[in-house]
Amino acid sequence: MFAINPFAALSASISPALMQGYVVLMIILVAAGTLFDILHKGSARYFFDNWRRSKSKAQELGGGELMSIAMQTAVVDVLASGEFCNMRRRIAHLLTMYGFVIYVVATVAMVFGNPTTDLWPHLWWIGALLILIGGYWFWFFIRVDVAAEGSSPFRVMRADLFVLSLIVSVTLGVIWAWLQASASAAAGVFFALYVIATTVLFGSVPWSKFAHMFFKPAAAFEKRVSNANGTRANLPAPADKPEQFGTRVKHARNY
Amino acid sequence: MPTFVYMTRCDGCGHCVDICPSDIMHIDKTYRRAFNIEPNMCWECYSCVKACPQNAIDVRGYADFAPLGHSVRVLREEAKATISWRLKFRDGREKNFVSPIRTTAWGSIKSPADYDAPRPEDFSRQELAHEPTSLKVEGGLPTLRRDRFKQGLV
Repeated sequence: MFAINPFAALSASISPALMQGYVVLMIILVAAGTLFDILHKGSARYFFDNWRRSKSKAQELGGGELMSIAMQTAVVDVLASGEFCNMRRRIAHLLTMYGFVIYVVATVAMVFGNPTTDLWPHLWWIGALLILIGGYWFWFFIRVDVAAEGSSPFRVMRADLFVLSLIVSVTLGVIWAWLQASASAAAGVFFALYVIATTVLFGSVPWSKFAHMFFKPAAAFEKRVSNANGTRANLPAPADKPEQFGTRVKHARNY
Repeated sequence: MPTFVYMTRCDGCGHCVDICPSDIMHIDKTYRRAFNIEPNMCWECYSCVKACPQNAIDVRGYADFAPLGHSVRVLREEAKATISWRLKFRDGREKNFVSPIRTTAWGSIKSPADYDAPRPEDFSRQELAHEPTSLKVEGGLPTLRRDRFKQGLV
């Protein structure tokens, strides 16, 4: 089951060109949705306004310094989800993020390339399982309204649109692939549900937080630049004297 | 000076919700970010300001000393056990303060169940439960001796 390309098996009933067209449509929806999101919420204008404002009061940073900050942002904040202070949230985010990347790349490779190797189907399953572990862990235990507000995990609202459509889409995809591999008659129904959930995931970008993969790195970069150029968003500089008042602690114990 | 949250910096971790003794820091239902639901009821302990790992919570100064255009920001450094404050006035003046973290470490206070149950004779004593040990007064509680009273008092 894990070595079978589910999309190749599907090509008997749906033409590969149609599947490829659907994937292209989803990519267009994400690009258009992100652009709309940036314009509608004014996030790009906010970012550049902040940038200009801090530039007038700040010490000038050289090109090399900016490159180094960009590298730090890419490695620490983007690749390692370094902005999370809560370790559980960080691990859940890493699982979901890398799972999503692997899952999407494997889906595109299988839909467009129809490769003969077992590698892509295996990666598709691994990516899906990583998303499910990170996603359900987040959904039931880590979500702030469940963990801090004590709300029921089954209470759904618009802020859940992205994570809910992601885990529902992947769950349905996994069930469909499993049913199809076991030649069940219900596979068609789950495929239809899978397509609906996937369309909601990629089509709801203007209303969900899907676009955070674009604006969060920009915000992390801006935060690092403001620390380097001395403006620090009006925050005090790190304490120097006296360096140690009381008991030094490595990890937050006082919360 | 009640607190408020910068929505762009908050990542909705919920630390402030957990720590607020007034239970007025909550998560916005639409945006999943923290906000002060009732600034009038904020008793200005600044627990949330200091606990916020993203430095997303700020202090709104009263108009009489910090009119619009001011900023009151705080940085908590656990590793140095310091809290630094930076106050910027509208006219450009700036004041910086550094103080030690004085909060009691999480889990370091014994719960009442960890103490021995009081004996029957303890109920007729003047001291409260676990006194005088819990008061940490060397040599027991201070007492007023009759012979040292001022003349005419007794």
